[in-house]
Amino acid sequence: MNSIVEIKKIEKVKEPKPLPIADGLNVTQPVSGSVAVLEIFIAEKVDTIFGYPGGAIMPVYDALYDYQEKINHILVRHEQGAIHAAQGYARSSGHVGVVLVTSGPGATNLVTGLADAMIDSTPVVCITGQVYAHLLGTDAFQETDVINITTPVTKWNYQVTDATEIPSVLAKAFYIAKSGRPGPVLIDITKNAQLQKFQYEGYTKCNHIRSYRPKPIVRPEYIEGAAKLINAAERPFVIFGQGVILGKAENEFKNFIEKSGIPAASTILGLSALPTDHYLNVGMLGMHGNYGPNVLTNDCDVLIAVGMRFDDRVTGRLDKYAKQAKIIHLDIDPSEIDKNVKTTVPVWGDCKETLPLLTKLVENKKYSQWLEKFRDYRQKEFDTCIQKEVNPVTDLLTMGEVINLLNELTGGNAIIVTDVGQHQMVTCRYAKFNQSKSNITSGGLGTMGFALPAAIGAKVGAPERTVVAIIGDGGFQMTLQELGTIMQCNIDVKIIILNNEFLGMVRQWQELFHERRYSFTDIQSPDFVALAKAYNIDGQRVSEREKLKGALTEMMQHEASYLLEVMVGKEHNVFPMVPQGCSVSEIRLS
Amino acid sequence: MSKQEFTLTVYTENQIGLLNRIAIIFSRRKINIHSLNTSPSEVPGIHRFNIVIEETEEVVKKLSRMIEKQVDVLKAYYNTNDEIIWQEMALYKVPTEAITEKVKVERLLREFGARAVVIRKDYTVFETTGHREETDKLIAYLEPFGLIEFVRSARIAIIKDSSGFHDKVKEFEQREPGEEVVENEYLDKQAEVFSM
Repeated sequence: MNSIVEIKKIEKVKEPKPLPIADGLNVTQPVSGSVAVLEIFIAEKVDTIFGYPGGAIMPVYDALYDYQEKINHILVRHEQGAIHAAQGYARSSGHVGVVLVTSGPGATNLVTGLADAMIDSTPVVCITGQVYAHLLGTDAFQETDVINITTPVTKWNYQVTDATEIPSVLAKAFYIAKSGRPGPVLIDITKNAQLQKFQYEGYTKCNHIRSYRPKPIVRPEYIEGAAKLINAAERPFVIFGQGVILGKAENEFKNFIEKSGIPAASTILGLSALPTDHYLNVGMLGMHGNYGPNVLTNDCDVLIAVGMRFDDRVTGRLDKYAKQAKIIHLDIDPSEIDKNVKTTVPVWGDCKETLPLLTKLVENKKYSQWLEKFRDYRQKEFDTCIQKEVNPVTDLLTMGEVINLLNELTGGNAIIVTDVGQHQMVTCRYAKFNQSKSNITSGGLGTMGFALPAAIGAKVGAPERTVVAIIGDGGFQMTLQELGTIMQCNIDVKIIILNNEFLGMVRQWQELFHERRYSFTDIQSPDFVALAKAYNIDGQRVSEREKLKGALTEMMQHEASYLLEVMVGKEHNVFPMVPQGCSVSEIRLS
Repeated sequence: MSKQEFTLTVYTENQIGLLNRIAIIFSRRKINIHSLNTSPSEVPGIHRFNIVIEETEEVVKKLSRMIEKQVDVLKAYYNTNDEIIWQEMALYKVPTEAITEKVKVERLLREFGARAVVIRKDYTVFETTGHREETDKLIAYLEPFGLIEFVRSARIAIIKDSSGFHDKVKEFEQREPGEEVVENEYLDKQAEVFSM
């Protein structure tokens, strides 16, 4: 949100620009709050920030002019794009994503992304500009009560009105965002604090706040209790979530299931923590997850949940969820224990620490018969659903066959970013992942428009990897302005639009539960290929099977961004499906 | 599990905006706060919230965990009424004329433990401290004589078996707080936890 109205004011207060500080830790001359912010970014090893300038953040942008060599700034087209990009960056790199925007509308445009990062535990630090402290509460131009608006959707937020607070507050911000269960932090800095000169005495990273305990103490007795249950189990089942990725515990997790021999299924955000092809990976949980993992949740005798939060899309009807099983829940966040599912043994702590302790105590086992059961269900699912999705007999293209072909081309090594809806469910069901941090999607909040900006951030966070964004025709139109960011910053993102000319997931529900009353779900789209061309991005549109593989290959081999629009069947449904209000074992195959 | 009155005691940093952060944990779940008091605590610099709600223990436990999860909160406890000592204060403004003519003021002071805070020609202000029922009784008594104004404070409560927060704060200031202060109510209820 640009505001040129305030430029005059800035010129008045502007003082001689301090020289960029090389070291950042031994500064003797006074610096402005803005310079301090950037010095702290460098000290926190922030290489990229996603942002959009405006009136109340101009002092920081002015300082940034001298820091362009050290900090890469990605100019987005809308602040929502900035925060989704920062989320994509955080999830592909494992580092904190940083956002810089102005006050008022600039800050309120972050709210969706903050809520998304909050529910999906993504470490993000947002700096918002704010009007001069003396104008707070006067309805000044572009003034909004950002702190109170963002309180429910941030892990922590704070308003800085004095530059001397900047070092300690930002240190806390980075520490809080990335430690424990990660989450978004917002720091609102008034313009006077950005301009104020103060004695910057270097930067000390924060590693302790007395009122904040990011990690509960690991209790050996619970590890023992859990191991005892596991060793006595006949049909144990592991379900894992993003906690494994956030805790960087992929290896610890693999060792645990390999030693214990327990089959494991993933939540949508847990995907890629364990390679898709791993012999113990039995698929995905949830409303559109795999048949076996859903049905057998209600058959296992011990359910071991690792770094997941029993979302309602995973559990289905709670009073019929795994009632026969003893529940072991490993989680870093104490408030998750017993929140939705009553736990038999809670294992509080970072799974990076708790999993190896548990692995040590569990017996080396194999559950061939039990695994066979998962395979049987897989076969049933293949015959009824998967076969016609990946090898369709009709002329209409399916989303599944697109993903299947894409797997062949990427070998499962690409980062797959998805938006929200049918294409998301199909992609998560069929995409192959060989390595961690490869699945980036809006899981908890279900934010349409997430994928395009998140893919930009994902590419910036992992430049050596191929990033493919798979987006529906509806979601793409929510944030398509970020094509401008791709163009200006030369970011190589492969975009596949799976176009069914419908808001497909809602249409599916209307078909199944609302007597096909397609209320406002038929959506028209522009010529996406022409649109991409307007942004200097090559692309093509396919609707015939024989051209699909060639088109995908061309996209993958293209040396820059590329947009491939694939016309798929208009009224295809995603199955299996656990209808809302049903138990996971009542999952429908058609 | 049935609903009953619980008093939450929350030890926090003195931070602007924290009241809102705590209040929205209740409003998000459409839970009405019966009374809320913030005050200093036994430890300088540490604030103490008392929040009264009527809910099931299961819900209250979840709420306490959500509160304790907030970065600026040190600790949250919840107690039933028989685990705390509590008081509320009430002020009553009545016309002096009616009082002096029709009320046996002496009885009022004796039976209700009331104190006269202000006596003017036109009105008198009484004060009582006690539980809800006690302060309510005096309203009922004074109402016929024309209660001009009434106000009751939030509940303040002391936890009977608490040994205070001094030692705990010292622990929190350590990099690795000791097991004593780290939340884990399962530890005290191990028998229940492992009874399968």
